[in-house]
Amino acid sequence: MNLRPNTFAAPSRFYAMAGTLTPWFWAAALLFGLTGLYVGFAIAPTDFQQGDAYRIIFIHVPAAWMSMLIYLVLAFWAAWGWMLNARMASMYARALAPTGALFTFIALWTGALWGKPTWGTWWVWDARLTSEFILLLMYLGYIALTEAIDDPRRAANAGALLALVGVVNIPIIYFSVRWWNTLHQGATISMTAAPKMVSTMLTAMLLMTSASGPIVSRWCSPALGRSCSSRNPTTNGSRDWNVDPLARRRRYT
Amino acid sequence: MIGLLLAVTRRDLLMARRRRMEALLPLGFFVVAAGLFPIGVGPESQTLRQIAPGVLWVCALLAAMLSVTQMFASDHHDGSLEQMVLAPQPLVVVVAGKVLAHWLTSGIPLVLTAPLIGVLFDMRAQSIVTLTLTLLLGTPILSLLGAVGAALTLGLRSGAALMFLLVLPLTVPALIFGTGAVGAVDAGLSAQAHMSLLGALLILTLLGAPLAAAAALRISLD
Repeated sequence: MNLRPNTFAAPSRFYAMAGTLTPWFWAAALLFGLTGLYVGFAIAPTDFQQGDAYRIIFIHVPAAWMSMLIYLVLAFWAAWGWMLNARMASMYARALAPTGALFTFIALWTGALWGKPTWGTWWVWDARLTSEFILLLMYLGYIALTEAIDDPRRAANAGALLALVGVVNIPIIYFSVRWWNTLHQGATISMTAAPKMVSTMLTAMLLMTSASGPIVSRWCSPALGRSCSSRNPTTNGSRDWNVDPLARRRRYT
Repeated sequence: MIGLLLAVTRRDLLMARRRRMEALLPLGFFVVAAGLFPIGVGPESQTLRQIAPGVLWVCALLAAMLSVTQMFASDHHDGSLEQMVLAPQPLVVVVAGKVLAHWLTSGIPLVLTAPLIGVLFDMRAQSIVTLTLTLLLGTPILSLLGAVGAALTLGLRSGAALMFLLVLPLTVPALIFGTGAVGAVDAGLSAQAHMSLLGALLILTLLGAPLAAAAALRISLD
């Protein structure tokens, strides 16, 4: 097969690739995840001010980064799908939304767990917490809109417009909320506590970055399976990528 | 362009005038919802004065979302919306005209009623004036953002409920600056900074939202 830049823009080929790559992503996620957790929980020293409670940042901060990054990636691919009528890009955007919402929720949840021993409260209406909360609402709005529309094309395009409006609004919301109320500690209080933290942070970030890969493809697979099976009822999603290319070509034509 | 805008606005205003009760429903909602707060929170005037700007703003948000779902619904129902999309005239101007009509029929009544509710909440005269001004600047933002949401959820079964989830997070900045202005006046400061930001927000929304709503209409009627 000739590899061109748009080779994997075809959902069937992308689906095959995703199926092949999923185990590797799992392996990478496990490797990075376990290493990150080990470095974060066993090697990194205890913070002299916050005790061991600070260690939740190894989950909290990467999750918060991913929650914001995924929204941008989602908006980018949704816009790409809308502009070029690329079905794969739209599917990818829709598959990203639950993952992003999950990371946002994890960031909020671990933040609450960290806030209780450190700030003495589960939740404060502080700028970052509020904007992260609004981000969660925007993810939920995107998911709700795309799920409410039956026609996949209209769902993808409407979602793309919503995501773009959201991207334009995120800086505005962020700054307005920050002027409204700022209590959150300056960005990196514990980063300077020990130089080893930086490497553990990086590892923990890699953990989440690579962990998102398999999750995304896991979510992508059923969606693709559905679109394949609507065309051909005998094509079963999860086994499709095992079929050799010639046989598949015969079946589709 | 201006002629088209005014024609669309005049048409929608005429239709609102023929169904007067329907056009005034959001206002009724606004009064009822705001009126429930003193009953729920308790009648201490100190507390009421403190929560009044937030309550009025949130009720205005909800009232605007309730009415904005109707912006395209009836036109979509009888097919005239499709003719507007197909027409050679720019759709953005049509949308802008509809938004203007919506603001005149639902935004302006809210702005006019807000001082009365402010009195019920025992607000000071200065705060009432500021609140009314922020609503005057803020309600067009709500109509504009609402138009995007209404166009996106056009003809969906759960459209009205979806509208709240889609649009309300986007209205947070307007809420913050609107209530912030009143808070600043209460604290003895100038509300100018908040007003300027609210105005900037209005200009930004005015530039972007009609385009987005027009695009959303094309997607929905694809």
